[in-house]
Amino acid sequence: MASSSRFSVLSDSANSTRYSLPTTPQQRPFLKSNIYDRNLNKTRTSEVSASAFAFLFSEMIQYTQKRVNGIADLERRLNILGYRVGTRTFELMSWRAEATSKAPKREIRFLPALMIIHTQLWRAVFGKPADALEKSVENDDEYMIIDNDPPITRGISVPRDLSSLSCSALTAGIVEAVLDGLGFPARVTAHLTPTSNFPNRTTILIKLEKSVIDRESALGNN
Amino acid sequence: MVTYSLWVINKAGGLVYQRNFADGLAQLSSNEYLVLAGTLHGIHAITSRLSPTGTSSGVQVIEGETLKITIFLTLTGTKFVLVTSLADQNSEPVLRKVYEAYADTVMKNPFQTPEMPIRTDNFDLRISTLLGGS
Repeated sequence: MASSSRFSVLSDSANSTRYSLPTTPQQRPFLKSNIYDRNLNKTRTSEVSASAFAFLFSEMIQYTQKRVNGIADLERRLNILGYRVGTRTFELMSWRAEATSKAPKREIRFLPALMIIHTQLWRAVFGKPADALEKSVENDDEYMIIDNDPPITRGISVPRDLSSLSCSALTAGIVEAVLDGLGFPARVTAHLTPTSNFPNRTTILIKLEKSVIDRESALGNN
Repeated sequence: MVTYSLWVINKAGGLVYQRNFADGLAQLSSNEYLVLAGTLHGIHAITSRLSPTGTSSGVQVIEGETLKITIFLTLTGTKFVLVTSLADQNSEPVLRKVYEAYADTVMKNPFQTPEMPIRTDNFDLRISTLLGGS
């Protein structure tokens, strides 16, 4: 008993003066509000800081850049990272949009699906709809989603020796995952297409698989 | 009210960014700027150590007959230095805005190595809109 009381005196003084440790047992802060216990449908309070994301994305690019050979490889890896985001985003988006609806539905035609990506997906991920939606003049199977100033690349200045790199490859991956989830397999890539007003203007190019085109023409124009 | 020059000095005393906005300052080579930045870093260290009453932020303003040097020290040890005319009252808010631009465009840029010379187009752009100049 003697030794234990001496110990308690020692630790008491250490607690209060030398290290200024808290005297009451510390409560684990994460038990108060666990992210898994939050309501999935409350979107207004679930926004994350753009700055925090910018730092995370910067680290993701630096990490990836150390492990690749060349720009194409880097974009491919970012695309894969985005794909993993996209599958989850799509699940959450469908849940939020259709779970409360009396007649939940799923898009089976391509153009409405593309509109969902242009408005709903962009709003869920970036907080605003994309700026334009275009169909390629040269190729029937190519569509483009255009963002004049992608929020995730605002902090990034690509050096001249990597000028063909578009860090929006992550966004392309997200779009690819959502298209896959909707049943429209496609190859999606990101390209920087600057204009004088929008130096960061980015085009997300969707190249649909032939099976999708065949199905669309079989379903007809109605 | 003329803003002559902006310097960014990293925590080791190296000059990582230097840009002139108006004529009038003596023309120096980049090597001389490096030496001056290192000297300023040393002066700052002296002034913050010499404080008679505990810790000090160190020198904040140096005034001469013809110019004023305002120094803004961040929590991480990076120094932003603005060289202006004597009449300029706006240096400190401007330096805070420069710090903000630095945080937004340099620190969040994956292609910028920390503590190395700043070669980021977006930072140049933000500084141009903030301070003018070509």
